[in-house]
Amino acid sequence: MADPIRWARYRWQRLISTEGGEGSSSSNSSNKCYQSSKTLGKHRIVIPCLGHFKEEYEKVSKLYMNNKIRTTKYTLLNFLPRNLFEQFHRVANLYFLFLVVLNWIPLVEAFQKEITMLPLIAVLTIIAVKDGLEDYSKYKMDKQINNLLTKVYSRKEKKYIDECWKNVNVGDFIRLSRNEIIPADMVLLYSSDLDGICYIDTAGLDGETNLKQRQVVRGYSEQVSEIDPEKFSSRIECESPNNDLSRFRGFVEHSNKDRVGLSKENLLLRGCTVRNTEAVVGIVVYAGHETKAMLNNSGPHYKRSKLERKVNTDILWCVLLLILMCLTGAIGHGVWLNRYSEIPFFNIPEPDGKSIPPALAGFNMFWTMIILLQVLIPISLYVSIEIVKLGQIYLIQNDIDFYHEKTDSTIQCRALNIAEDLGQIQYIFSDKTGTLTENKMVFRRCSIAGQEYCHEENAKRLESYQELDSEDEDSAHRQCGSSTHMLKQQGFNCGAVNEPLNRKSLNELSGSYPALGREDGAGDAPRSGHVAFSSPIETDVVPDTQLLEKFSQISSHSYQQSEEGSSESSLETMYVADFFLALAICNTVVVSVPNQPRQKMRLSSLGRMPLKSLEEIRQMFQRLSVRRLSSSPAPSVKESSPESPNSFVSKLSIFRMKLASPALDGAAQRAAEPHDTESPENSQVPQELDMVNVAAGCEDSSAASSIELSPLSKLCYEAESPDEAALVHAARAYKCILQSRTPDQVTVDFAGLGSLTFQLLHILPFDSVRKRMSVVVRHPVSGKVVVYTKGADSVMMDLLRTASEGTNNSEMEQKKIKERTQKHLDDYARRGLRTLCMAKKVMSDAEYAEWLNHHFLAETSIDNREELLLESAIKLETQLTLLGATGIEDRLQEGVPDTIQALRKAGIKIWMLTGDKRETAVNIAYACKLLEPDDRIFTLKSQSRDACALVMSKILEGIQKNTSAEKKPSQKLGNVSASPSTQAPGFSAGLVIDGRTLEHVLHDSLQNMFLELTEKCRAVICCQATPLQKSVLVRLVRSKLKAMTLAIGDGANDVSMIQVADTGVGISGQEGMQAVMASDFAISQFRHLRKLLLVHGHWCNTRLTNMVLYFFYKNVAYVNLLFWYQFFCGFSGTSMTDYWILILFNLLFTSVPPIIYGVLDKDVSAEILLQLPQLYMMSQKSVAYLPSAFWITLLDAFYQSLVCFFVPYFTYYGSDIDIFSFGNPINTAALFIILFHLLIECKSVTWIHAAVVAGSILLYFVFALAFGATCKTHSPPPNPYWVMEKHMMDPVFYLVCLLTTCVALLPRCVSVLQGTLCPSPVLRAKHLDRLTPGEQREAVKRWRDDCAVNCRAEFQAASGSPRSPTGAVPGEESVASVPPTSKTPFQALESVLYYFFLALETPGSPAPALPRGRTCLFHF
Amino acid sequence: MKNKTSFPPQEGEARPSRCPDNSAFKQQKLPAWKPQLTIATVLSSFFLTGAFCLLVGVCLILSANSVREIQIDYSDKCSECSKLRENSSNWNKECHCSINFALKEGILGDVFMYYGLQNFYQNHRRYVISRSDAQLLGRNANIQKSYCAPFTTYRNGTPMAPCGAIANSMFNDTIDLFYNLNSSVIQVPLLKTGNSWWTDKNVKFRNPESYNLSSAFAGTARPPYWQKPVYLLDEEDERNNGYINDDFIIWMRVSAFATFRNLYRRVKRIRQFADGLPAGNYTFRISYNFPVTKFKGRKHVILSTVVWSGGSNPFLGIAYVVTGTAATLAGFVITAIHLKLRKKKTYFQK
Repeated sequence: MADPIRWARYRWQRLISTEGGEGSSSSNSSNKCYQSSKTLGKHRIVIPCLGHFKEEYEKVSKLYMNNKIRTTKYTLLNFLPRNLFEQFHRVANLYFLFLVVLNWIPLVEAFQKEITMLPLIAVLTIIAVKDGLEDYSKYKMDKQINNLLTKVYSRKEKKYIDECWKNVNVGDFIRLSRNEIIPADMVLLYSSDLDGICYIDTAGLDGETNLKQRQVVRGYSEQVSEIDPEKFSSRIECESPNNDLSRFRGFVEHSNKDRVGLSKENLLLRGCTVRNTEAVVGIVVYAGHETKAMLNNSGPHYKRSKLERKVNTDILWCVLLLILMCLTGAIGHGVWLNRYSEIPFFNIPEPDGKSIPPALAGFNMFWTMIILLQVLIPISLYVSIEIVKLGQIYLIQNDIDFYHEKTDSTIQCRALNIAEDLGQIQYIFSDKTGTLTENKMVFRRCSIAGQEYCHEENAKRLESYQELDSEDEDSAHRQCGSSTHMLKQQGFNCGAVNEPLNRKSLNELSGSYPALGREDGAGDAPRSGHVAFSSPIETDVVPDTQLLEKFSQISSHSYQQSEEGSSESSLETMYVADFFLALAICNTVVVSVPNQPRQKMRLSSLGRMPLKSLEEIRQMFQRLSVRRLSSSPAPSVKESSPESPNSFVSKLSIFRMKLASPALDGAAQRAAEPHDTESPENSQVPQELDMVNVAAGCEDSSAASSIELSPLSKLCYEAESPDEAALVHAARAYKCILQSRTPDQVTVDFAGLGSLTFQLLHILPFDSVRKRMSVVVRHPVSGKVVVYTKGADSVMMDLLRTASEGTNNSEMEQKKIKERTQKHLDDYARRGLRTLCMAKKVMSDAEYAEWLNHHFLAETSIDNREELLLESAIKLETQLTLLGATGIEDRLQEGVPDTIQALRKAGIKIWMLTGDKRETAVNIAYACKLLEPDDRIFTLKSQSRDACALVMSKILEGIQKNTSAEKKPSQKLGNVSASPSTQAPGFSAGLVIDGRTLEHVLHDSLQNMFLELTEKCRAVICCQATPLQKSVLVRLVRSKLKAMTLAIGDGANDVSMIQVADTGVGISGQEGMQAVMASDFAISQFRHLRKLLLVHGHWCNTRLTNMVLYFFYKNVAYVNLLFWYQFFCGFSGTSMTDYWILILFNLLFTSVPPIIYGVLDKDVSAEILLQLPQLYMMSQKSVAYLPSAFWITLLDAFYQSLVCFFVPYFTYYGSDIDIFSFGNPINTAALFIILFHLLIECKSVTWIHAAVVAGSILLYFVFALAFGATCKTHSPPPNPYWVMEKHMMDPVFYLVCLLTTCVALLPRCVSVLQGTLCPSPVLRAKHLDRLTPGEQREAVKRWRDDCAVNCRAEFQAASGSPRSPTGAVPGEESVASVPPTSKTPFQALESVLYYFFLALETPGSPAPALPRGRTCLFHF
Repeated sequence: MKNKTSFPPQEGEARPSRCPDNSAFKQQKLPAWKPQLTIATVLSSFFLTGAFCLLVGVCLILSANSVREIQIDYSDKCSECSKLRENSSNWNKECHCSINFALKEGILGDVFMYYGLQNFYQNHRRYVISRSDAQLLGRNANIQKSYCAPFTTYRNGTPMAPCGAIANSMFNDTIDLFYNLNSSVIQVPLLKTGNSWWTDKNVKFRNPESYNLSSAFAGTARPPYWQKPVYLLDEEDERNNGYINDDFIIWMRVSAFATFRNLYRRVKRIRQFADGLPAGNYTFRISYNFPVTKFKGRKHVILSTVVWSGGSNPFLGIAYVVTGTAATLAGFVITAIHLKLRKKKTYFQK
């Protein structure tokens, strides 16, 4: 047994030598070696901080961080420089810095130096304050956490004393009590739990509230008394800090050089809470920032939205415009100067009395102009966009419709800046399980030994559930949530008040399974999740009568007979028994009793027997097993279940059995035989009696529990995956009840055989490579080592024992069973059930021992342990005997088909990417309306790339033939797949492709063809896809089709796809938090996607688009006023407005209203948006932000600025007006124009809008008056002293402002009227809002029925075709074609007017006024 | 139900639900005003706007028409003087010229006399800022730091008072008006104070404190283009001298356009001129000092009355009338078509 250790050490040294370079030269046992290798290599050594290690400890500990954390970015000292440094990474800020610097050059100075800095300083300050506040809250949090107290062993005082978290160091011993939070990552050395188990909940880490087991390091678990740190003389060696939560590798080296491997099972992670365990002691291995929790702590991520990219290009246009304007100014100034032969009075010479030549003056003027017209580049736009996005996110998060009562969760927006992308999604990539489905697994069917059991009764029950389900579960779950909560709050303590729980809620309690690996899951990374309560629908299984009958035949007698393989029928019963045992055992379910903690349950049962004797037994046992081999499963005394005294007897028998370890002594079986003889007795005890015993055991502590409680429901199963739970519950329905599970043994209450205790030798956990898991147990009856394996049929079928060695009867039988089972499996898959195969294998002890040796090697190796373990597992899982298969139904989530249909109508293509089988996937696709019954399904399944290409081209051909036959050539542009089925049902096609073919298809040469094909299909279903393939697909569509993609999923296997997509949505369901962590938005139900996209996506997009356009408009309009003035002041860069007011105009007077507009505007109500998904296409194709929209906005801005400048200009022309008196009405009118423009643009004006606009106007006047009254000398010499006051008393001022505002806004008003005439779909929808509910329903229906088709077709043609890039169908054309009877232009005009009036008269109902869908819908 | 009775206590204990508030703001269901267009509102707004604009426009035009104004360009009429001024070395030579004009009707009411300049870019950026408001407030300001450069100090360090290009280039023609009545020449009495803004005269411009003006400005020198120091701008009236000289104050209020006028004098309504300027022959006697040919400028002298809506510029009135007419017309057109189409309604209805 020492060999493996030696081998491991050898490997370890090899490792050091390759990395450290010098390790091999020195003696392997010398401390120096470790020391030097430690500093260089990637391993760390943890040494307790105690006397005999003092010197070394001090050397080592300096290298490790202590437990103090600092998550703040800044300190008080470096805040300013660092924050500024970071802020100047933005181009916009640099631009403004450039302007400030430019203004310091006297030659080009335009403003007073200080004033130019104002906008920059304002922006920097706002951001700095925001950063500072964020950082300060972090600092406070850190401080609070750092000062938490924990008990640390003090060498001086020889006991545990309270210490702040920040003072904890690596190597410290920490003692924690129940419900305390773990301060640092530590290796568990002692647990008050008898089994050396510590329960933790990781709620603080990942939100999972279920309990997880951690184990004391092997070799310490059997210590009776608490570990004494003084005596701890081992050193711990482990890997360097890393962020992999699911991995921890290392070993403990005792003073005698023995090593014990460490795994993640031994590690308590910082941030978790100790539960259910009285006291634990651990030694800190990672502290502070080196803990896994902290290393995993990455803040929110930033993505750049499509809109933002577009804004950037438009800003470039603005830059170009600015340069043009400045060039005009520069040239104009040069020309103007040229007119004068000598220096006029007003052209001030340089200090030396000379003037500079016109060309140079023009050049200088260029830069002056840039400073003067800087506002054209909207620096405030970036800040405003940020603020608006925050507001939008705030509103999304507060939407009550996203609240899911069952899980008490609402939407989480993790990415703050891509909310508007939600409005432009073109492709949705969806996971299936847990995303479309509930991930609530319901046992439906099974097939044992080739015989199918349909479970008709169960099916009937499920059907009846369908109706009751929704309300029933709702209320039930609420109660359930609170009851578990209560349990937690009251600390799982012994004397917990027992609530008269009714059966139902108990049922729900039992089996909260936040899951780990799933069939297609990517391994066993610990994820987390909210506790998912299993509903009665999952836990209650009505047994199949036929099967029940067979089941009842099982007795230990027949069992034994079958072991010898005698009769046909008994063989079958053996299969049945083994099948159910596999269901019950082959899992990692944790069993607990709901209304009292596990721990206590055990103690209470112990309480009924003399504790002392048990203690004696234990000690005796320890004495006996002097040298326990770490290879052998460490058995210890387990009082694991509340059995009746007779089970204690059986315990003793196990005891005997364990004394003789199988690896040492072949007589183990014989030792176990007493138990065998006991079992028949047990089996003769009537079932009921047995159960009453169980109940009695519980009643001891739960005196109040009502009699009506079924004893069965008392057990809680906490499974890693819903499938497991479903199987365990199914087994329970057949009275094969999993009673308890400890790391070393499993107790099953088997109806016919009584309580069986299996010695648990090994668990080979599930992983996505093997797609199966195995459990190695020693059978209590036969005493043989049995491997139960459960896995996906695709892999399991290949592992079965092949009938190679002849025509043995049983082999033939096996073959038949295999064939029949396969048939059943296919049938299950067709029905959309999830399938699993069960198999077993009986091993001889010799075989087992041999395998064990290899396995141990794998376990103790540090570096490529994973691969070795995998190898070892594969070695074990061969030559299996097929027991049967199960079919588990995963029901669709509520509202999924509706949501998919709505999203489809919104022009979004939906792909389903799943790891499930093809049949299952297709079935679900039909169920959720992803595929329609009359769709043509193309299945891509080919072995080679060439074949694949051939098939694809054929399909394409076929589709094209269809298309050309049924579609007019002119409509080629229309997207085939998007056209509703009503138009041409012939060519709605679905594509199904499996993982293996996907690999070929994703090859470079076939990508384009594949994409072409998918574009023609209305749905694409990729089954058996690996996580990697999912992400590759998303990336492909994203990059090749330039489409906006959204990926939605709930599990770890969806993480990569979520990260790749433009928008990642995680479902915070039962699969843990990994998907949520990676996502941009986390929702709790798939159906929430509908509102998220159709309503919030649309809103966010249109809001932000409109706000951005408005910003451009605002800046251009305002800056142009200054520009026009240059024509009248010799292009000298004069501003007719005071600089302060000029700068504050953007900063103060007109900054808030657009933000409010961007956050609150609502073009169409949520109800209408939900009812008419077609409207989504407006934002999807960003109709509001076509390139033309930008230029139209700029044109409008030019017009308005012209009016705003020239009306006052002509009014005051030739008068004795001074500069600022001229500027004041212009500025005031500009304010009114800009603000009223906003009000016109607003689709819905609430009191907030009104208040903000009024406030802005008020602020402007107050400021102007106050400034005018006080600015005798401030600001650069010229100042608007008393100008505003003077104007306020002048009627002409008001008249000018009024006329200017009216004339400037006239085109906008007209465009509003024109909108009434030829309303866009959004506008029409807006009109619908005004109708009474009844009328509205009518109108919506009508629109849906006939307009939608045309809308869509035209819309796509309009926005997609290069012919009309503006997205507008040429007005005359469409208008002329409106009323079929009017052909002459006059009549056409008449009809237009007619519709206009009709629209005016019946404001709410443009729908009837408009001819069916063919009007100029896309006019703006 | 049993559960309901047994569970509330725990629900109270339970952590607060994460369910968002169902408030109108958070659910984005605030009552909103959505303007509604009906034929009635559209038409009435058109007509009302039209009527209002027409009314205002007519008032404005009427009042603008009531303004009497005489504008005389004297840059050509005093060509000798202007030639003399072209050479800056003749700066101290005096030059006078007279311009005769006849008023067929009298100008009634308050008559204002303006001087007008054309093509003088007072609004040039560097010209506009070339002043020191602190100095003009009578403070002992450091004008070196102000924007006055290069008109701050002489080479010997004597500061200019007032400093800056605006002050330096002050309009320095003197214009007198004579009324020729029956071959006798009566000088029209003109007011030289009260022409500037009250706040300018009393708040923004202050002379340095001292027992008399000349000592207040001791140690300073006149701007280079000036003929006399600032404390001699008006030797007759102590309250109109130094920085608070009305002509100076008005000049310092820089004009918005290159073509502008500044108020120079008001006719004092006494004796014959109690009702304004009576009809008859008048003469402007101008002391021609301000050179305009250098920048191709022109000089005017203007006599004008003033109404509430400003001067004689009819633009605003016309603009209002045009707007009002357009709105009314549009209203009529809409009504007409509406009436016409109403009869045909059935024709279109499907």
